[in-house]
Amino acid sequence: MHDYSKVLPQATPETQPYWDGLKEGKLMLQRNKETGRAYFPPRPFDPRDPFAEVEWFEASGKGRLLSYVISHRPPPGFEAPFAIAVVETDEGVKMMTNIIDCPQTPEALQLDMRLELAPTKVNDEVTLPTWRPAKEA
Amino acid sequence: MPKPGSVAIVGAAELVSPEGRFPELSQLGLHARAAIMAMKEAGLKPSDIDGVACAGASPTEVAFYLGITPTYVDGTAVGGCSFMIHVRHAVAAIESGLAKTVLITHGESGRSGIGRGGFGFARQSLNAQFEGWTGPMGPPTMFTVPVLRYMKTYGVTEEHLAMVAVVQREYAARNPNAMMKDPITVEDVLNSRMIAYPFRLLMCCLVTDGGGALILTSSDRAKDFPTKPVYILGTGESVETPMVSQMEDFTSSRAFRVAGPRAFQEAGITHDDVDHLMIYDAFAHLPLYGLEDLGFVGRGEAAQFIWEGNTRADGKLPLNTNGGGLSYTHSGMYGMYALQESVRQCRGTAPAQIPGVKVSVAHGVGGMFAASGTVVLSNERP
Repeated sequence: MHDYSKVLPQATPETQPYWDGLKEGKLMLQRNKETGRAYFPPRPFDPRDPFAEVEWFEASGKGRLLSYVISHRPPPGFEAPFAIAVVETDEGVKMMTNIIDCPQTPEALQLDMRLELAPTKVNDEVTLPTWRPAKEA
Repeated sequence: MPKPGSVAIVGAAELVSPEGRFPELSQLGLHARAAIMAMKEAGLKPSDIDGVACAGASPTEVAFYLGITPTYVDGTAVGGCSFMIHVRHAVAAIESGLAKTVLITHGESGRSGIGRGGFGFARQSLNAQFEGWTGPMGPPTMFTVPVLRYMKTYGVTEEHLAMVAVVQREYAARNPNAMMKDPITVEDVLNSRMIAYPFRLLMCCLVTDGGGALILTSSDRAKDFPTKPVYILGTGESVETPMVSQMEDFTSSRAFRVAGPRAFQEAGITHDDVDHLMIYDAFAHLPLYGLEDLGFVGRGEAAQFIWEGNTRADGKLPLNTNGGGLSYTHSGMYGMYALQESVRQCRGTAPAQIPGVKVSVAHGVGGMFAASGTVVLSNERP
């Protein structure tokens, strides 16, 4: 697996629930309580309406492959080629990610294929929101 | 809003070499060398400059190093289009009396790495939390991420991307300072090393040392200078997102769609008025997004437009006539070089000169679709 030692993210007070959720295998997102619309990345207000009330919720963990590249330039700890991808979740937010449990080829990585959250635990502090091809269609 | 043509470029200088290296100069030294060349051309001394704008160094460093006492400074640093935005701000500053003579500098030891700052993100930054852990290695593996979606949406192929590089190499072949001059074919591009699928080496920009400087003043003063004035007709700027994954639309840049039309509107021009175009090409997809987002062609039509030869020297819209970031030079923040080529085309001094250029547009990107700046230039004052 990847060695993320050089690039590990660290939560801020605004993003802590997101990273805590991943440790439990959950994708925690935020939405506007009035409109129900989700937004990303986490922040204590909705950028479409910064005065509206917002709430955390557990997202479906389902989405589709929006776009990607297959990098042949691995940073330390990565094995090339590997995909740097963007998933669009069913709640409509975009997240950059790696796709695991899948050959890192254009043939295997078809745009719009269904994906599901498959978090990768790195250490006790950080679990990363990796995704994989969805088990059921 | 400034009147079109109220401010002019009266000094322009560029540091570009076919070797792509200036090993004797630090990044700050490149700023200074370019600035001194531009001042010499314009017949000015540091004491004649009262405005300083730059990116890649702070205006404090540049002003101190050159012995300038400015009444106006602009340290806007939003990536490679910062210089287009400096031009925009300088026009406003000169028009409102904040400064009379503004120096804009760029210097970047992109290849030699002398006196160059780091690019790391703090672990708590947005970029580190929401993109950095996925393993990018610089812009070739990030700026390119939206493109498969663009290609699928509009049926654009790898051959189309390759053709962008092929056409620009034709211009570079005519440019003594270009780093890459040998002719290439679509096949050559598609056989070059894979960097980040679908992007191959020849679809990616060069990495060089370089610099450039511009001097702007009121057009009413321009006749006092030895150089042929190039007038600023209109400008635009915007930003969208520090993270490419958060672009609203992977097939179009919002920052382009704001900056470009604003510049055209301020200039009072239409697309038919544009004789020459520069679109910052860090990678082969940028001219496609630029042509569409600036409205020169419809959605999804840019690849075919280039494929059919419209952007060649004898085409209806010559594009990236210095050879671009792909074949000419790219020190990291390329916008200054695009502006310099627009100035040369307006002065009639470009190596691959397009006959009869009156209006040129220089359109820049900053970061990875993060920011944008557009400048409309002309050798005629409206």
